Amino acid sequence: MKRSHKKSLTSYNNWGYAFVAPFVIVFLIFSVYPVLRTLYLSFTDLKVMGDAHFIGLENYKRVVTDKFFWIALWNTVRIWVVNIVLQLGLAFLLMMIFSDVKYKMAGLPVFRVVYYLPNLIAATSVAFLFMTLLDWRFGTFNQLLSALYRAFGAHYNPVDWLGTSNTAGYTIAVIQAWMWFGNSFIMLMAAVQGISKDYFEAAALDGAGRWTIFGRITLPLIKPIMMYVAITSLIGGLQMFDLPFLMINRASPSYASVQTVMMYLYKFGFTAGTIQTGYAAAIAYALFIIILVVSVIQIKLFNRGED
Amino acid sequence: MGFKIKKSILYIALIILGLTCLLPFMLMVVNATRSGAEISQSFTFIPGHNLQENWNRLFEYFNLFAGIRNSVIVAVPATLLGVYFPAMTAYGLAMYKFKGNNVIFGAILAFMMIPGQLSLIGFYQLCSTLHLVNSYIPLVIPAIAATGTVFFLRQYIIASVPTSLVEAARIDGANELYTFHRIIIPLVSPAMATMGIMGFIGNWNNYLLPMIILTKTDKFTLPVMMATLRAATDLASNQGATYLAVAISVIPILLVFCFFSRYIISSISAGAVKG
Repeated sequence: MKRSHKKSLTSYNNWGYAFVAPFVIVFLIFSVYPVLRTLYLSFTDLKVMGDAHFIGLENYKRVVTDKFFWIALWNTVRIWVVNIVLQLGLAFLLMMIFSDVKYKMAGLPVFRVVYYLPNLIAATSVAFLFMTLLDWRFGTFNQLLSALYRAFGAHYNPVDWLGTSNTAGYTIAVIQAWMWFGNSFIMLMAAVQGISKDYFEAAALDGAGRWTIFGRITLPLIKPIMMYVAITSLIGGLQMFDLPFLMINRASPSYASVQTVMMYLYKFGFTAGTIQTGYAAAIAYALFIIILVVSVIQIKLFNRGED
Repeated sequence: MGFKIKKSILYIALIILGLTCLLPFMLMVVNATRSGAEISQSFTFIPGHNLQENWNRLFEYFNLFAGIRNSVIVAVPATLLGVYFPAMTAYGLAMYKFKGNNVIFGAILAFMMIPGQLSLIGFYQLCSTLHLVNSYIPLVIPAIAATGTVFFLRQYIIASVPTSLVEAARIDGANELYTFHRIIIPLVSPAMATMGIMGFIGNWNNYLLPMIILTKTDKFTLPVMMATLRAATDLASNQGATYLAVAISVIPILLVFCFFSRYIISSISAGAVKG
């Protein structure tokens, strides 16, 4: 019975090639080839145009000794850490509130949509909205703060949030967290809602308190998704580009403090006058290796408490 | 009693957080109607009378509607190709046993993990060799190879399309393509909508790639056009016009959100289930 069933299928199985062919062709041309081409270029001295000469690991040696690459990496990590702590912390807190068995908060569908809203908007629009709001002298944000200070009888000295090295990176980190916490929250919440109600009911019947339920049922069961959220945020965060690139002017004194690895790559890859394609390709792969290593460490850390 | 108070405090905190999500947009709408001088003096939530002037000022600088049109020309076909072909691929991978099936699936998994920056340099080099700079082809055609969508739809088909259904269609003499178009697509369409709406937002908001591929002003998509505001020092003196530009750029995606928020939420949730 089973054998004849299989046989009836095999005659059709060649259709599989037809169904996957368009994907495979485009995938090879526009996904696989560019990644391999970047790898090849990272071993060459290609500048703007002209011939590429194979120079072995020279570009990688240069990355390792390039002070500005490490500064860019440090900037990226610094902004990312503040961003991720705020973003995931807030998402986690909200998840705790909405999954609490005692308070049973209502209105999740509405809150979810509102919290997600900032994530919907293009980074370019967010960038110009906040650049204008945060304008040092004429921006609405400093006016709000000043009014708030005045209400408490204090005087507010306007801060140039984006133009000062001390604040620019963190300001961007907060905006980035503002853009993404709703997204993380929806993911965590989806994980909680995916847990069978039976577990909660059984635990409640056994007299488990809400903290026990949260610690012993909710947390362990959403751990894989927490890891997924953490790793995707890491991959996205280390590639941070749009906001710092758009919001901080090249001429600004704070530029050096927010130049991320991707901005550094962009400088050598695409900025007229400084193009060194081979070196930019090596930066791309160096960043990839760093992302890979940190992801593995993250997975190891997550799984440590397993046994 | 204490319980009710605590619960109220929680609600207030949640609402305040909600307001911080909305506040920048409210200020944006209000400030879009005020003059630069008014904005630089104080803030308010009462609209001003300068909308017309801001509008004129803005459109003297650039035509945002051309950017919106270009974004539609890129994002709509990219979205359609980005669900139709991945659905086809997912169906092929899920329903047919052929040589290389597992290799393709393995490659899809691997490429879902590879960060986009890794292909950026090579992608541009490829486009420049193929003379595709300033063409929309590199922004549209690669959508066919949306690995995440293929992965998601494959799981969906395996979970929700019974093989017996396809076999029944075969017994009735249906051609394989006919089966895919008439039986499978209707069954998978909720998942395709979920992926499609996310794909649309991604394509619509995409900045880095269009900025690299497009150099001619008349080809600029909305985000690339918006980014040129950075160099607009004459416009910077009039904050009202900048706010108006942001407001106009945000409207199309907000409209999409109003109609499809359910799909958007479920697609992010799907991302969680995927993990």
